[in-house]
Amino acid sequence: MVELLAKYNYWIVIILLTTGLYGVMARQNLIKKIIALNVFQTAVLLFYVSMSKIEGGTAPVLIKGAKQIIYDNPLPQVLMLTAIVVGISTTAVALTFVTLIYREYGTIEEDQILELNKHND
Amino acid sequence: MEIIESARPVYAILVSLLAVVFIGISGKYPNLREMWTMLAAVLKFGLVVSMLPIILAGKVIEYHVTTVLPGLDIAFRVDSLGMTLALTASFLWIITSVYAIGYMRSLDEHAQTRFFMCFALALSAVMGAAFSANVFTLFVFYEIITVTTFGLVAHEETSEAIKGARRYLTYLMGTSIFFFLPAMFLTYNYAGTLDFASQGILAGKASYTIISIIFVLYIAGIAKAGMMPFHAWLPSAMVAPTPVSALLHAVAVVKVGVFTVVRILLFVFGIDLLSEIGLGTYLAYFASFTIITASILALKQDNLKLRLAYSTVSQLSYIVLAVALLTPSGITSSIIHITIHAFGKITLFFVAGAIFVATGKKYISQMDGIGRRMPFTMAAFTVGAFSMIAIPPFGGFVSKWYLILGTVEAHMLPIMVVLVASTLLNAAYFLPIIYSAFFKELPTDEVEGLREAPPMVVVPLVITALGTLTLFFWPSLLLDLARMVVSLVM
Amino acid sequence: MIKHLPALLIVIPLLAAIITPIIGRIHWVLSWYTVTITTFISFVISLSLLQTVLLQGDISYWMGGWQPPWGIEYAIDNLNVYVMIIVSFMALAGAIYSKNNINVEIDEARKPFFYSVYLLFVTGLMGMVVTGDIFNIYVFLEITSLSGYALIAIGKKRQALVGAYNYLIMGTIGATFFLLGIGYLYLMTGTLNIADLAARLPEFYQTKAIFTAFTFLVVGLCIKLALFPMHFWMPNVYTHAPSAVSAVMAATGAKVAAYAIIRVMFTVFEPEFYTLAPFNIQPILLILAVAAILAGSIMALAQTDIKKMLAYSSVGQIGYIVLGISLMSVNGMIGSLIHLLNHAMMKGALFFVVGAVVYRTGLTSIENFRGLGKKMPLSMAAFTIAALSMTGVPLTVGFVSKWYLAVASIEIGMWWLVPVILLSSLLTAIYFWRIIDAVWFKPALGEESHGHEHDDHQKPKSNDAPASMLIPTLTVAMLCLVFGVFAYAPVSLAEKAAVILLK
Repeated sequence: MVELLAKYNYWIVIILLTTGLYGVMARQNLIKKIIALNVFQTAVLLFYVSMSKIEGGTAPVLIKGAKQIIYDNPLPQVLMLTAIVVGISTTAVALTFVTLIYREYGTIEEDQILELNKHND
Repeated sequence: MEIIESARPVYAILVSLLAVVFIGISGKYPNLREMWTMLAAVLKFGLVVSMLPIILAGKVIEYHVTTVLPGLDIAFRVDSLGMTLALTASFLWIITSVYAIGYMRSLDEHAQTRFFMCFALALSAVMGAAFSANVFTLFVFYEIITVTTFGLVAHEETSEAIKGARRYLTYLMGTSIFFFLPAMFLTYNYAGTLDFASQGILAGKASYTIISIIFVLYIAGIAKAGMMPFHAWLPSAMVAPTPVSALLHAVAVVKVGVFTVVRILLFVFGIDLLSEIGLGTYLAYFASFTIITASILALKQDNLKLRLAYSTVSQLSYIVLAVALLTPSGITSSIIHITIHAFGKITLFFVAGAIFVATGKKYISQMDGIGRRMPFTMAAFTVGAFSMIAIPPFGGFVSKWYLILGTVEAHMLPIMVVLVASTLLNAAYFLPIIYSAFFKELPTDEVEGLREAPPMVVVPLVITALGTLTLFFWPSLLLDLARMVVSLVM
Repeated sequence: MIKHLPALLIVIPLLAAIITPIIGRIHWVLSWYTVTITTFISFVISLSLLQTVLLQGDISYWMGGWQPPWGIEYAIDNLNVYVMIIVSFMALAGAIYSKNNINVEIDEARKPFFYSVYLLFVTGLMGMVVTGDIFNIYVFLEITSLSGYALIAIGKKRQALVGAYNYLIMGTIGATFFLLGIGYLYLMTGTLNIADLAARLPEFYQTKAIFTAFTFLVVGLCIKLALFPMHFWMPNVYTHAPSAVSAVMAATGAKVAAYAIIRVMFTVFEPEFYTLAPFNIQPILLILAVAAILAGSIMALAQTDIKKMLAYSSVGQIGYIVLGISLMSVNGMIGSLIHLLNHAMMKGALFFVVGAVVYRTGLTSIENFRGLGKKMPLSMAAFTIAALSMTGVPLTVGFVSKWYLAVASIEIGMWWLVPVILLSSLLTAIYFWRIIDAVWFKPALGEESHGHEHDDHQKPKSNDAPASMLIPTLTVAMLCLVFGVFAYAPVSLAEKAAVILLK
């Protein structure tokens, strides 16, 4: 039990991942979907960052003169910088779409949009 | 056997393909357009004839075009069997072209350019099928024929024509994709090659069960041969203009069908293998069923073209039956019947078209006394019908004679009964037409204005009728070709 | 210079993407020139890389001179040079085609941006194909996706926005799964270089972590690929996007996703993995592929909008690609790889023709195709060739891939796949024949009342698409025939790639 709890960071990842996924699927509001998508992506960031953590390690910044220091693995953190950029771009594009959709349809509720499309076709 | 490398078979195919382009370009000038058709037809026949001496000298012409995939080649090989079909089809194309021009102009048909383009395309494909050196090439041209003739069957563009054409396509394309293609695939899988060989390629390559499955797939897949239950496309195709029915559905398309059956039976399975398993006997009885049933159905048709169509279904099965006997005379009969039936049936279709052009009549019940005003036409009809029934001195007798010899050789007396019954049925559905055409009175209101169709229509049908006679008195060329095939495969 | 070609493949379109909107301010045609020239250069580079690979073997390019596995490696072998040529060629064809096509489907002011995003899209695709680093694949995947969303939404139809939005949601989920899968791989092996991963992974093949990684990677990519039943975002996208975009995305986007799956399944992981993995993967993929083939064909049959029909037909065709992958034999893989090329050409040509019809008539319903054979003969000829090819008629490319798939299924004893392939070919024939039949043999809408027309007297005026649209359409359609007859050229390349993948 304790062993399982000790990996609490991974539990959080799983909870965020499923929450996000559920939100994307279940919400009708386009903005809320995007928020859920962000939660979903953040879970992955957390996953990478926590796997780079080494027990007793410190931030990977070179300290002058110090020896025998354990650093955390910097690579996953760098990777996640890229992923954050990607996430932001995605959110930006998604929000643009939502604005445009609102302008065209006058609503951002998915069921109403589908209804409007049906009349259109 | 001596092999000659030559691209002549390819030229024979390309001639009409080139003509398609010219016909398309000169669509606005009907005379120029028809000149291309005629030119291509004559050239094609010339090219085929130029190969004849080589074939008769016992050589074969081969030409390899390209390898699509390892084991799948586009290659041509002219031998005596292919020569028979090519000669028949290319000669009759010339006659039909004249007839078609006359027919289409008399009726002022629409979309004539498309019509002649599709016609030339179909003829290219027929040559390709006749000269194929392997199953793959044969399959390709078989499919091309289906696609190009769709345009001819759907020519009228009425909903009835479209419906008939769809059925035509569904049957031919459907069976070839569902049965022919897998059969070819299995052949390739087991035999490792698709090249035709005179002793067959499947012997010893697979178990009897597998070979029987492949056999059934082939027979079911070649719906162009008109075997029941996949015959219904042929009556549907009768919505096409008569020149199409004449050349394609009495000669080119259906003859490619039976040709394919003969080719596959003799050159893929081989006689020895077939008689070892006894598949020939099954096929013979199966074909007999079609012969009788189709003849009975023909009796009931009042539409002349439909009656001819059912007669074709029945006659095609003669060819299949003959080859299925697997005896020298049987094979001879099947090969010569390809040509003999072609001449007879094309005459009958020409007549049906001529009557339609002259009077607009389609139904047999309307044709009382018509022979008095259209003597040439109906005389030709009589010749064609007698040939179908196999009355001497007309070509049909020769092939039926060999067929009977074949049944004797194969010791299959029940088949003889079938032949007698079918001959009687043939007489039963043809003779009444002749009788009423010549001996019944014309309806009084039609006495005026009824005369022969234009010469462009009548002359061709007289020529083919004379051809039927010629084939009785001088069948030597045809018999030589057939004997060469027999000596090759026996 | 020659040494840096792999990098230039990415750098040139990326820089051009920045320049395009700027010079587009002068006149939008300038941005069209930029795109055409850039994609042409990409195509030439791909060809020269092909030559190098064929003559000198695989290329390994070290980005910035850093030695792998620390630096990013661009690794080029038979497989990706093959995909590269498909992508760059179709991108070029699409670029030429778009010049007139976007006049009707995209606002004047947006054109320079359209071209800029188009180049970004190509950059992303080329990047995914050329890179030998799995995280790099993710980055380029996202570049492709983001620019793809924009390309779809740039059209005039408002439904395109909704389609693009849904695609964005699904695409992001897929990419995030992919990222998660990479995380697991990194956790277990500590490397991201594909060659290095391939060397280190075998000792972990039986662990659950690696299996999880595999599942996330493949599921993520399958969403991008639109494999049934993860396809539902796709029909709306292809239907409402501008036709040039539909053509290019169908011809390249899906192909690169398939490439990525092949890379992951057979280079990162090796065939041995599938015997050791705790769960049997092959039947699942096989069943999905068969379901996709049948479902795609059946749904295509039910459509009345041509673009939607083509989209559903893509669902089925993607099934073929996955089928070949799931057979896990050399012939199956050849079938898959050939089908990548074939489907790119066939679907490209079909969408090009639809775009031409939209250009002339503004409509996409199948009804509307009636009688077009007389008005747009060349376009419709191209359509017919591509449609026959989709059916798998011999002497067209479609036949070649189906042949290999059938050979492979028999080889591994799965007889029942042959009827499946035949059935789907038949369905394909039916849903295309409806159109071909309407095109050539039915009078145009509103002209039926004339009864029998005598075309010799009053032929309807031919009003085909402009040359800039016709040339790419006809070229691609002709290639469907050329590679159908001379199939051995692509097959030999695909065979080399397949043998290496399944070694």
